[in-house]
Amino acid sequence: MPLSDFQTVIGLEVHAQLLTQSKIFCGCSTAFGAEPNHHTCPVCLGMPGVLPVLNQRVVEYAVRTGLALGCTVKPTSVWSRKNYFYPDLPKGYQITQYDQPICEWGELVIDTPSGEKTVRVRRIHLEEDAGKSVHDASASAGQSLVDLNRAGVPLMEIVSEPDLRDADEAVEYLKVLRDVLVYLGVNDGNLEEGSFRCDANVSVMPKGSTTYGQRCELKNLNSFRFLKQAIEYEAARQVDVLESGGKVDQETRLWDVNKGVTRSMRSKEDAHDYRYFPEPDLQPLIVSDALRDAQAKSLPELPRAKRTRFMGQYGLPAYDARILTAERPLADFFEACAVHVPDAKKLSNWFLGELSRLLKEEGTPLSALRFTPAQLGELLATVEKGTVSANAGKDVLGEMFRTGRAPADIIAEKGLAQVSDVGAVEAVVDDILAKNAGEVEKYKAGKKSVYGFFVGQVMKAMKGKGNPGLVNELLKKKLGD
Amino acid sequence: MSSTLTDLSMLELAAKLASREVSSVEATQASLQRIAQVDPKVRAFLRVDEAGALKAAEASDARRHAGSPASALDGVPVGLKDIFLTQGVATTCGSRILEGFVPPYDATVVRLLKEAGLPLLGKLNMDEFAMGSSNESSAYFPTHNPWDLTRTPGGSSGGSAAAVAAREVFGALGTDTGGSIRQPAAFTNTVGLKPTYGRVSRYGVIAFASSLDQPGPMARTVGDTAALLQLIARHDPLDSTSADVATPDCLTGLEDGVRGLKLGVPREYFTAGMDPEVEGTLRASLEEFERMGATLVDVSLPHTKYALATYYLLASSEASSNLARYDGIRYGQRAKDARGLKELYTQTRGQGFGAEVKRRIMLGTYALSAGYYDAYYLRAQKVRTLIREDFTRAFQQVDALVSPTSPVPAFKLGEKVDDPLSMYLMDVYTLPCNLAGLPGLSVPCGFTQGGLPVGLQILGRPFDEARLLRIARAFEREHDFFRRAVPV
Repeated sequence: MPLSDFQTVIGLEVHAQLLTQSKIFCGCSTAFGAEPNHHTCPVCLGMPGVLPVLNQRVVEYAVRTGLALGCTVKPTSVWSRKNYFYPDLPKGYQITQYDQPICEWGELVIDTPSGEKTVRVRRIHLEEDAGKSVHDASASAGQSLVDLNRAGVPLMEIVSEPDLRDADEAVEYLKVLRDVLVYLGVNDGNLEEGSFRCDANVSVMPKGSTTYGQRCELKNLNSFRFLKQAIEYEAARQVDVLESGGKVDQETRLWDVNKGVTRSMRSKEDAHDYRYFPEPDLQPLIVSDALRDAQAKSLPELPRAKRTRFMGQYGLPAYDARILTAERPLADFFEACAVHVPDAKKLSNWFLGELSRLLKEEGTPLSALRFTPAQLGELLATVEKGTVSANAGKDVLGEMFRTGRAPADIIAEKGLAQVSDVGAVEAVVDDILAKNAGEVEKYKAGKKSVYGFFVGQVMKAMKGKGNPGLVNELLKKKLGD
Repeated sequence: MSSTLTDLSMLELAAKLASREVSSVEATQASLQRIAQVDPKVRAFLRVDEAGALKAAEASDARRHAGSPASALDGVPVGLKDIFLTQGVATTCGSRILEGFVPPYDATVVRLLKEAGLPLLGKLNMDEFAMGSSNESSAYFPTHNPWDLTRTPGGSSGGSAAAVAAREVFGALGTDTGGSIRQPAAFTNTVGLKPTYGRVSRYGVIAFASSLDQPGPMARTVGDTAALLQLIARHDPLDSTSADVATPDCLTGLEDGVRGLKLGVPREYFTAGMDPEVEGTLRASLEEFERMGATLVDVSLPHTKYALATYYLLASSEASSNLARYDGIRYGQRAKDARGLKELYTQTRGQGFGAEVKRRIMLGTYALSAGYYDAYYLRAQKVRTLIREDFTRAFQQVDALVSPTSPVPAFKLGEKVDDPLSMYLMDVYTLPCNLAGLPGLSVPCGFTQGGLPVGLQILGRPFDEARLLRIARAFEREHDFFRRAVPV
């Protein structure tokens, strides 16, 4: 059977670092980029005699996420120890949640080419991160270094059911999930720095089958592109194995960025026996009604709901609404500006065009914008009236972006105001036509291509400030069109 | 003998300190002299912190001089089992793997004792990682029983018990996971209290079995034990299993006696295999309680026979995980010349742990393994619940339970070293109390004809330490066994 006769089946396990100030079981900072082993204390170093104390903020964030994904938040969940030896795991075990996670059974709606799709979320659980082993040049030959700054940083693992059917769906799910977590303020959504990580369980089965094939777990997928490439490669690999009469082995495979392949990291036989058992140093995790209710009450409007509202309230196309609502600060700023702009679609065009470009090029966060929504409204009204051209408007926005000065001041100082006075424009048009009688003849004889020449000459004479609509209108009239 | 300073109880010394009859420096020096004199024979100390203790004593005297003592026991020198982390003072837990380890922080109870002004004389020997009932699994040397130097002081807090009995310290802290405070107390004519699980912070106490471990006081009298408990029984936010309950007042009603109390005698605790002299002493003690006005009630704790197996499965399972951190990576001993990570682990742990510790790590690892978890760990947890319910039922009928602490008196050093199972059986009366999380106390109740101490165990309801101490005190008042001169 060819590849197209097989169905890919994907489930994602996402590890999201929670945006707490301190670690999950001690008071050390979670800030990124400190000197190695500076954010450590006896607890996260796994010294003898230390005990974990749960950071309550971590619980709030997990509950918040669970509610946003429509999960059942368990009144009681249990901490477990996952036992294995590794130098960056200080205690020789990771404190995690195993058979009784804090949240279960939610869902996430994504868009696919064939419409909306609901992906089931099986569980959300909490755990501590391990440290980092360094095997690079900073270690002397034959040695590895260990940095425990990350040890004990709170992680939330979100596990989907195998409901995704191709790489694009997986990417879409991951994007939508990331947007939700960032909206909730529980995660920064940064794949590159590893604060939002994803493993993919991938299997294939003949189309029409209801029995899943043997799955492989893919790791090292630290961008949306790698996720897509790895899934597509892995599905094709598994089909090849089956087609050549082989059997897919359950194993963990690593995405090799350079070679563009997945390669075996650990077979099932090598799998650890983690000897999970309930963590005796922590009481079961109790989520009170009060905590849950407080989180439910403070849940923000989520991206999907906001998108639908933007389409209805502002009459925006789905494409615009999605981009505007992907990040909460952008959506909030849009709404603040929309108060001052009667045509929301025009505002959206500015957001998706010039403003996005500026934000990207200057690397400025929205929170650091120098101009106000009212000023942007003023600029758009000026463009709408024809006082400045759309192009000049872009320059004005750039200046507002960099200096925070009022649009009227910028327009006045730079002399950007358009000439929309009919008499003034007409005088210039008459002058140009008179000076170029030969070209006018050619035009009238049918050589329409010289029209652009007239426009150019008029604009040049007016130093680019002629109202383009008016210039066109008068030229055509005089040329007898 | 009774005229010497080191023979005083903690409360007697505290009174003399308060009246300025004696200074803390004098008391500390007396202890240090006594240590120098008898410890070469007893071998209770792994490390004596002479400078630290004297400095603390001087500070205590200064507070007395200023009229602002930090606590009722300010200036009374005590010792610590080497399981408690002491900032700047090496802590080994009786193991080679922690040889040379100097902790960067104090255990909560160590901090509390320091804040209360007690000079800390040093670190006391113990079975390696508290795994043992004779102090013979210490990686350094066995401690000898001051009542008979050819015998064990018990374990695992054997160093603490021996030092208290030999008058080297006025009191000590031990830990009790399956009897490690009470059995050595019984073997040495001292009082040892295992508080309710959660009563005393475990923060900075090297973990053996987290759900069973509990630090507690060891002293020569019931009053001292109560006074020491008052200093360490505090809710600790650094220990999530620490109970948020008020510090008990164990001294006010201490002399109230046992009249009207119902004392349960669990029939499963008087079994074949008990030393006849121990049984005889115990029976006599029970009659005395009756004479003092208590009512004895025959009770049954039917799941007692499963306690030993349950305990060894659960304690070893937790230990196998708790001891994983001793890997040679961050602190403690690391195998020299190991090539590669796996060799580093196997050699460090192979060389660093003793036979008993390895035995329990293997037992625990096995019990938690995939395919065996349900049959061992999970089943043991269920039995633990049944054992706890046995006690709950019993305490509906009685105020406390009384039994022998150990089926035998102190045995000979070397006698059971090669027979782990018979060693494990030493704890058969003490470990159900840990499984149930209850408070338990051992108080001296007599001597064998050969002059070996016998201990009486009193078990109570959760957080009922004050009543246990009161019952023990009623018995002690009739006897004053603690006045008996120790031969060493």
